[in-house]
Amino acid sequence: MRQVAIYGKGGIGKSTTTQNLTAGLGEMGKKIMIVGCDPKADSTRLVLGGLAQKTVLDTLREEGEDIELETVLKTGYAGIRGVESGGPEPGVGCAGRGIITSINLLERLGAYEEDLDYVFYDVLGDVVCGGFAMPIREGKAQEIYIVCSGEMMALYAANNISKGISKYANTGGVRLGGLICNSRNVDGEADLVQAVAKEIGTQMIHFVPRDNDVQRAEIHKQTVIEFSPEVPQADQYRTLAQKIDGNDMFVVPKPMSIDRLEAILMEHGIMD
Amino acid sequence: MNEKNKLIDKYSAKVYKNRKDHILQLEDLDEAQSIAANTRAIPGVMTARGCCYAGAKGVVVGPLKDVCVITHGPVGCGFYSWGTRRNKARADEDSGGKNFVPYCFSTDMQEPDIVFGGEKKLEKAIEEAVALFSPACIMICSTCPIGLIGDDVQAVARRTEEKYGIKAIGYSCEGYKGVSQSAGHHIANNGLMRYVIGTGDKAPAKKFSVNVLGEYNIGGDGWEQERILKRCGIEVVSMFTGDGSYGALKNAHLAGLNLVMCHRSINYIAEMMKTKYGIDWLKVNFIGVGATCKSLRDIAKYFNDAELTRRVEEVITDELSLIYDDIEYYKSRLTGKTAGIFSGGSRSHHYQVLLRDFGIETIIAGYEFAHRDDYEGREIIPFIKEDADNKNIETITVERDLALYRERYSEAELEALGAELDVDSYDGMIPEMNPGNIVVDDYNHFETDELIRTMKPDIFFSGIKDKYSIQKAGVTSRQMHSYDYSGPYAGFRGAVNFGRDVTMALYTNAWSFVSPPWKNEPMLVGTIGG
Repeated sequence: MRQVAIYGKGGIGKSTTTQNLTAGLGEMGKKIMIVGCDPKADSTRLVLGGLAQKTVLDTLREEGEDIELETVLKTGYAGIRGVESGGPEPGVGCAGRGIITSINLLERLGAYEEDLDYVFYDVLGDVVCGGFAMPIREGKAQEIYIVCSGEMMALYAANNISKGISKYANTGGVRLGGLICNSRNVDGEADLVQAVAKEIGTQMIHFVPRDNDVQRAEIHKQTVIEFSPEVPQADQYRTLAQKIDGNDMFVVPKPMSIDRLEAILMEHGIMD
Repeated sequence: MNEKNKLIDKYSAKVYKNRKDHILQLEDLDEAQSIAANTRAIPGVMTARGCCYAGAKGVVVGPLKDVCVITHGPVGCGFYSWGTRRNKARADEDSGGKNFVPYCFSTDMQEPDIVFGGEKKLEKAIEEAVALFSPACIMICSTCPIGLIGDDVQAVARRTEEKYGIKAIGYSCEGYKGVSQSAGHHIANNGLMRYVIGTGDKAPAKKFSVNVLGEYNIGGDGWEQERILKRCGIEVVSMFTGDGSYGALKNAHLAGLNLVMCHRSINYIAEMMKTKYGIDWLKVNFIGVGATCKSLRDIAKYFNDAELTRRVEEVITDELSLIYDDIEYYKSRLTGKTAGIFSGGSRSHHYQVLLRDFGIETIIAGYEFAHRDDYEGREIIPFIKEDADNKNIETITVERDLALYRERYSEAELEALGAELDVDSYDGMIPEMNPGNIVVDDYNHFETDELIRTMKPDIFFSGIKDKYSIQKAGVTSRQMHSYDYSGPYAGFRGAVNFGRDVTMALYTNAWSFVSPPWKNEPMLVGTIGG
């Protein structure tokens, strides 16, 4: 079982990329579970065809500890199982603690079945506090992909997440598998992301071009591979899935100083 | 090498550098003594300090008997601060016949409450408390996780006031704030000043009236003080906060004079009441026979009334005659002994005076959470360097209340009084001590053990955390925080109780008769090779 966590700046397309990518893996016959670690609970709507299940934390709050796995774990496209950790409304409580609680609970409920090939954690935003680092602690996720673009703040976030990974890499076994560039049509984007990846000591595992087929599929609550399997964008996600399935480059990232990061951005003309 | 140097010599360079300024061995007392205080404890040093919540809830607001003090947090903080300080209380008229001190109220925050926020649970708890106890006032004390998840306890308090028409105060006194429980005292003082004092209108019935500030009625100390003050014809308007009540605190601004017992925990209120209502304060000490007499005479001097002075002298004479034999007897058993005291922020000073009544010299004295002014006197305050930790604790400034301000004495009159009476001032603990004595700030376990070993006091007064290690080492030990379930020790009768307890402890020092096996038997057994 490969446990994979997807991090990246808020709004960069982590949930979209994760679900389209897992659809590609699902098509290859892999058995997959997605654990949504975002209080908004929208990490599985494309594979499950809408917001289908109750979140783990809502169930915990209402039912106490006596929870049936079936109420929180649903199966969708290509047999992909989806579960949402859920969490508090914005501005109250502690979402980070929620993720810790939720993952521990899922383990006790037996969600991590032996025959799974992949568990994907789709994690909210940056590694803002201990709770959001939960998927990379305590031997849960072993490999991490950071979704980014050629925009400055996305790369800042990628570098910052690398700091979190290098911290836990020393105590646990977590490694960075690469950057996934979810293109925003920035000039020289692929070169820039590749340069940043190289500096951190990793790779740009795939460049996902920007395409409206993604939005069309999303409106229909589906992944591109399910909604329009024949379009070129579906092949992009299939390629990403294959690259991740065959990936053998796992590193402890070397985060850059802010000065160095800005110098690279400068070299690629982004800060003009 | 003196005892201080022997002590700090054992430390690593970094700890040495820090601790050397927190420990004084008094030499030339004519020179000003300076000590470092109210700074962060070194991690790992096993400090005896408590937390901000302990200061706000455990010390200052916890004893208010008609207030439903709700600990907002997981149940442990509430449970372990329940009744441990033995603040005695009796229902009375001011408290509306209520006494919640025997109860412990907590929201018992569980994991889902932390994740989703605890305001709803807090409001539910308040609803239950109002339904079951109908308190006149509710106070919410926040514990650490509440600050982390950001529950707005002040907003909940405001909603409570609107919904139930009672007083409600939210305190953000999370344990991690500040460097010790001292931060909690300050936060609690601010809340009482802002929302309680000055909201009542019941004027004192007697000509001479006082508030007793910083008296927490441990073991009934406050009752003994009240008994004596009453005998002298002085009305106690309110007590902060031992056997105190929201009902009485409301009217505190109408008293004639503030008496300050524990300077550390309550000086903020004393000072603010002076500014806002014009009430002077006197630092008193009712711990010790001589100290009690002096405090009563100082009060009489302040009110400057012939009849009161006569009455005070009469009471003193009568009280002294009643305890004379007992005090003389215990004195005969105790004279020449030496003591060490490690307590919070005032007792280490107060008890030196009582011990001296029995001929016991205090050779080691330390505070957990005092500030420099508690050691060196209030003149030092303008020179205390503020650091980020102090600035992190809210300080409020008050202005003269034009409707309620009443000048007791003009500046000139105060100055005239000042010749024989220290009004609005405190000289600190150090002037009480002698050359060679040791003063320790933020003492820790190692320093306690080591100083007992080198200074060899006959009896050691401290708290529950260190009591048993001292006692089992064969040194007589009494708890200063809870009086080992005895007391009162204040006033005239309290002094007799204290003499009795100390005599019993010193002459029944069972642990010193026990030889542990490792003193007589080899712990390692082996054979010589060959």
